[in-house]
Amino acid sequence: MWDYTEQVMEHFLHPKNVGRIENPDGIGEVGSLACGDALTFTFKLGPDGRIADAKFQTFGCASAIASSSVLTEMVKGLTLEEAEKITNRDIVERLGGLPEQKMHCSVMGHEALMAAIANYRSKGKVPASAPKTGRIVCTCFGVTDDEIRRVIRDNNLMTVEQVTNYCKAGGGCGGCKGQIEKLIEEVQGEKVRKLRSHPEPQPRKLTNIQKIALIQEVLQQQVRPAMRAHGGDIELIDVVGNRVLVAFRGMCASCKLADYTLKEIVEAKLHEYVSPDLTVEEETDTAERPAAGGEN
Amino acid sequence: MERVIYLDNNATTKVDDAVIEEMTPYFGQWYGNPSSMHSFGGRVAKSIQEARGRIAELLGCQADEIIFTSGGTESNNTAIHGTLAAYPRKRKIITTRVEHPAVLSPCRQLEQQGYEIYELSVDRQGRLNADELAEVLDDNTALVSIMYANNETGVIFPIEEIGALCRARGVPFHTDAVQAVGKVPIRLKDSTIDMLSLSGHKIHAPKGIGVLFVRRGVRLVPFILGGHQESGRRGGTENVPGIVGLGKAAQLAQQYLNDENTRVRALRDALEAKILATCPDSMVNGDRRNRLPNTLNVSFEYVEGESILMLLNQFGICASSGSACTSGSLEPSHVMRAMGVPFTAAHGSVRFSLSRFTTQEEVDFVGEKIGPIIHRLRELSPFVKSA
Repeated sequence: MWDYTEQVMEHFLHPKNVGRIENPDGIGEVGSLACGDALTFTFKLGPDGRIADAKFQTFGCASAIASSSVLTEMVKGLTLEEAEKITNRDIVERLGGLPEQKMHCSVMGHEALMAAIANYRSKGKVPASAPKTGRIVCTCFGVTDDEIRRVIRDNNLMTVEQVTNYCKAGGGCGGCKGQIEKLIEEVQGEKVRKLRSHPEPQPRKLTNIQKIALIQEVLQQQVRPAMRAHGGDIELIDVVGNRVLVAFRGMCASCKLADYTLKEIVEAKLHEYVSPDLTVEEETDTAERPAAGGEN
Repeated sequence: MERVIYLDNNATTKVDDAVIEEMTPYFGQWYGNPSSMHSFGGRVAKSIQEARGRIAELLGCQADEIIFTSGGTESNNTAIHGTLAAYPRKRKIITTRVEHPAVLSPCRQLEQQGYEIYELSVDRQGRLNADELAEVLDDNTALVSIMYANNETGVIFPIEEIGALCRARGVPFHTDAVQAVGKVPIRLKDSTIDMLSLSGHKIHAPKGIGVLFVRRGVRLVPFILGGHQESGRRGGTENVPGIVGLGKAAQLAQQYLNDENTRVRALRDALEAKILATCPDSMVNGDRRNRLPNTLNVSFEYVEGESILMLLNQFGICASSGSACTSGSLEPSHVMRAMGVPFTAAHGSVRFSLSRFTTQEEVDFVGEKIGPIIHRLRELSPFVKSA
């Protein structure tokens, strides 16, 4: 059972400002039913330009509801410039803390506030559920690089696990963990490089048979689990010089993201663990043969 | 916490007072080591044999087919690793997508080591298709491990049919029956099951004791190595109080089997009817016609499981959920996903599991509280337009 603070329980059991303001000045919608939590945040400005009223509706766990409720309390009476300065950290503090695995609830609150302010400033041109900026990194939960950079910066995060706790990225199949690690390095720079205990893999000269064995091992351990989580699979067909020929199976065979997976995940892993000279290609001739996928 | 209404019996159960009473002397009074060469220890060995006999009675098998373990997880690990070690040339295991982690985790690790793991799928009602097994069973298969009944939905699998298929191909068949024992009649003598896992704490015995049934003649390499206990099949000094307790619990389980299938079933059905009647947009997960008599898994659309549990908890009502939040993971339960329950419903799934200690009054109380709780959470939800 989660160890929730009294403040979290109070806001969960007696949430403040539940509902949706009629004709709001700003509205923000984040999350989805499929993702397990979602929040609609609306506010109305008073004649003095300060937030006069704010309301929320939340689908989610106790900490999601508490984060939303406390946020509506926090923003009341603030100017938009002041409200903009609120981070997810502030929400966590007002709640007296959240379990690490629940930090994403506070981030969701913050995102909804930002979306609502953007919606107001654009006079409604930015829709309530504005498309996210940046490039999708985590395809399971639809988290972009911009979002990941922001949680790393706002919360001084150092590990992939922390990033997952704060924005869910990496919490599904785990295929994007390498990219998250790169983003942490990009934002944190030297601070995190010093923390890393494992040294960079040393480039080494491999015989052909060693190379094939290593490629097989990397596919087996680093790539297949992620693909199988999505109902697919990958098979090594051949290695010709530095060309690695693979075939997608199951769901992956018909997946629109397969090209992306090939380059961003499979090739990246092989570059990291085997050799940067490798290129990965999909062997399409064998992909049609159904027997190869199901039987072995 | 004052009042507790415990409807989470698939997670663990209350130890029966009669079990505690039977166990108690084996802590301070009869603490001898059953392997010792003195009658103080020998007396304890006799108690273990008695307990073994009682469990054999419940399972309808021979006493020497019972191996005591530390629980369901060890039993499952033993069956898997012990069988693979006995058939080193065979490299394939067949299991299901909805197994308990105590089977799935060892399988996933074996996959990393080069074993082929085939996971059978289930349909929208959580039912297993035995035909799929027939297709994938081959001479490379070392073991088939399929649960007797699912812990989340209570759906009972066609175990004898599966066992017959395995037997025809000469493949050992293990079943994790942790949820089924004491709730469905099991008679291993006339069964096609080769190995069966049982957990004490699911049948009103304490935690830390379990059984692996291994049919005479089935090859199994010991998994936990040590002394010659359990006829050399499981090392380690016996958990004597646990074993004695489990023996009593097995006797009681047999006695109450009929109660589980009549009174408890009726209570479960009443709770189910009440929930469906008072909570719109709710639905039962799992095959309603072929389920454990004590298990009810319901999905409430538009609300999230953890929130439901926490509000139930306010009334002392204990249940569990397949939602992502309750597990600390970010995706809903693997069972719900394997069944193809939409994520929207999986996040709002709640499991109520009853026991012989559940009363009509308790079920009435829960039935009364659940409607307002769901209504209250839906008022908070952005997905309910009418709120």
